[in-house]
Amino acid sequence: MNRGLTASNTVSLPQDDRVGGLPAAIFLLLALVPFAAGFGPESYVLGLFTRVMVFAIAALALDFICGYGGLVSFGHAAFVGIGAYAVGILGAHGITDMLVSLPSALLASAIFAYLTGNVCLRTRSVYFIMITLAFGQMAYFIAGSLAPYGGDDGLTIRLRSTLFGFAILQNDRSFYYFVLLALLAAYLLFRAIVYSRFGRVFRGARENPTRMSTLGFDVFRFQRVGYVIAGAVGGLSGFLLANATQFVSPAFMSWQRSGELIIMILLGGLGTLHGAIIGAAAYLLIEEALGGITEQWKLIFGPLLVLIVLFARGGLLGLADKIRGRLGRA
Amino acid sequence: MSTGLVVVQILNGLQFGVLLFLIAAGLTLVFGVMDFINLAHGVQYMLGAYLAVAFYALTGNFLVALVLALAAALVFGLLLEFLIFRHLYDRDHLEQVIATFGIIIFLNQAVKTVWGAAPLTLPIPEFFSGSIVLMPGLLYPVWRLVIIGSGLAIGLLLYILVGHTRVGMLVRAGATNARMVSALGVDIHRLFMIVFGFGTMLAAFAGAMIAPILSVEPGMGDSVLILAFVVIVIGGIGSMRGAFLAALLIGLVDTLGRSFAIDILRLVMPPSPARTVGPAIASMLIYVLMALVLYFRPSGLFPARGRG
Repeated sequence: MNRGLTASNTVSLPQDDRVGGLPAAIFLLLALVPFAAGFGPESYVLGLFTRVMVFAIAALALDFICGYGGLVSFGHAAFVGIGAYAVGILGAHGITDMLVSLPSALLASAIFAYLTGNVCLRTRSVYFIMITLAFGQMAYFIAGSLAPYGGDDGLTIRLRSTLFGFAILQNDRSFYYFVLLALLAAYLLFRAIVYSRFGRVFRGARENPTRMSTLGFDVFRFQRVGYVIAGAVGGLSGFLLANATQFVSPAFMSWQRSGELIIMILLGGLGTLHGAIIGAAAYLLIEEALGGITEQWKLIFGPLLVLIVLFARGGLLGLADKIRGRLGRA
Repeated sequence: MSTGLVVVQILNGLQFGVLLFLIAAGLTLVFGVMDFINLAHGVQYMLGAYLAVAFYALTGNFLVALVLALAAALVFGLLLEFLIFRHLYDRDHLEQVIATFGIIIFLNQAVKTVWGAAPLTLPIPEFFSGSIVLMPGLLYPVWRLVIIGSGLAIGLLLYILVGHTRVGMLVRAGATNARMVSALGVDIHRLFMIVFGFGTMLAAFAGAMIAPILSVEPGMGDSVLILAFVVIVIGGIGSMRGAFLAALLIGLVDTLGRSFAIDILRLVMPPSPARTVGPAIASMLIYVLMALVLYFRPSGLFPARGRG
C-alpha cells in the first residue's frame, strides 16, 4: 500500500535528446516575449509573463523536492511568502537595496526550511504532506498577526528593490529580464544538482530510502539539504513576487497557493524541471484566457483539470510524448 | 473567565468536534479502504447544506428536507464515483489530488452560479429552536445539543457497523490490505461504492445539520476539508476510533483556544500585544498539535494495523 506519493512518472535522463532542445526553446521564447509584447498591450503582457516566470521559479523548486526527491510539500507557498515578507518588512524600514533584501529573503526561507525540515522529514508519504501543510498554515497565521506590517490586510511596497541605490527594476522590461535571468539561474542550478552525485543520492532516496541508507548514505541529511535549497529558491520567487506586485499579504502563503504550485508541476509533468515552467505557464495562461472569456471560467477550468488527469498522464509533457508516439507509428 | 463561560465553550467545542467527526469519518474510510485522497469531500459537505436549504424552501419541513438532501447527495456522490473517481483508484495520490481539486473548483463555482454568492440561511426546526437552562442563569441553544447528540449517535452506529457487522469486517480488512480482500473473492468495487456512498451521506448530513447555525456559502467546505484531514492524520488514517477521538480533541482545542487565548496570554504579557498575538496563536494551535503528534507518532495516534 505504499505506492502513490512518490509518483511513478519517469525522470528524464541526461542523454534524452529533448532535455536539451525543449528547455532551450522555452527560454528563447521567454526572451522574445518583450519584443512581441511591443505590438500589443505591452505592460499587460510583460506583467503576465513576469508572473508566469516568478511562479515557475517556485514550481521548479517544488518539482526538485517533489519530482526528484519524492517529498510532496503542501506548504511550499510559505517559502514564497517568507521571501516576499523579507522584502516588504525591510522596505517598511526604508531598506530597499537588493544587496540586503535578496540575501535576507533567501536566508529567511532557508532557515524556515531547515527548522521545519528537521521535523517534516521524519515522516513519510501523506503524513509528510500534512505536516508541511501544518507548517505552511503556521507561517500563514504568523504573517496575519504581524500588526505593524499590515496584519491580514498585507503591506504595500512603495519602491521596487534597488541595486547600489539605482532603480534598475523600475522599468518593466528590465524587471522582466531580471526575472528571466533568475529563472534561468534556478533552472541551471537544479539541473546541475539533479545530475550531480548529490542529486543521484537524493533521487535514490525517493526510489528506495532503505536501500540508500543501507549503502551508507544518511538519507535524512541529504533530504534536508535538498529541502533547504528548495526553500531558498522559493524565497527567491517570493523576493521577485513582492517586487512584481509591490504588495505582500498572508494570502501569498495560503494552502490554496501551495495547492496551485502542486497542480502546476503536475500539469507540466513531474520530475522534468522544464515541465514545471511549462506547467506554471499553462496554469496561469489558461486561467487568464478563460477569465477573459467568461466570469464563470472556473466551470470550465475544474473539469479541464479532471480531464487532464484522466486522459493526459504525465502532464502536458506526457501528452506531447503520447502524440509524438502516435505520429511516429502512423 | 467564569465557570459558565467555560462550560458553554466546552459544549461548543464538542459540537464542533462532532461536526468534524461526521466529515472525517467518511474521509478516513475512503482514504483507508480505497487509498484514495478525496479532496472533493469538503464540497460534498457544502452540497449537503445547500441541498437542505433548497429542499426546505420546497417542502417547508426540515426533516423531509434533510432526508431528501441526503438522498440527493447520495445520488450525486455515486454519480461522481461512477464517472470520475472509479478511474482514479489505481492512480498516484497526486493525480487524485489534482482531479478532485478540479471538482472542488467546479462545484464551488457551480453553487455560486445556481444559488448566488450571498450566504443563505436555514431556520432552526421549530421544535428545537429554543434554549435550555444548563445552570441557573446559563442558557444553551437546543439545536447545538441536537447536533452533539446526533453526532454521538452516529459515532455509536459506526462503531457497531464497523466493529460488529460483516460489511464492517470487510471494511476493516480493506483498510489493512485491500488487495488481499479482493483476492479472497470479495467484490471490492461494490465494497468501495458502499463505503464511498456512506461517506458522502455522512458529509452531507454534517452540512445539513450545521446549516441552521452557520451561513451557507460557496467555499464553506474548503476550510473544513483541511481540518478533517488534520483530524484523520492525527487519528491515524483508516482508524474510526482515531478519527472520533482526534475530532473531539481538535474541536475542543480549537474552540477553547480561540475563546481563551487572549485571556491566558494576558497573564504573561501586556494586554495590547496579547490582543494581536492571541488570535494568531489560537488559529495555529491545532497545526502545532498536529506537528507534535506526527513528530512523536509519525503514523498518527491510532494507526490502522498493517499500515506503515
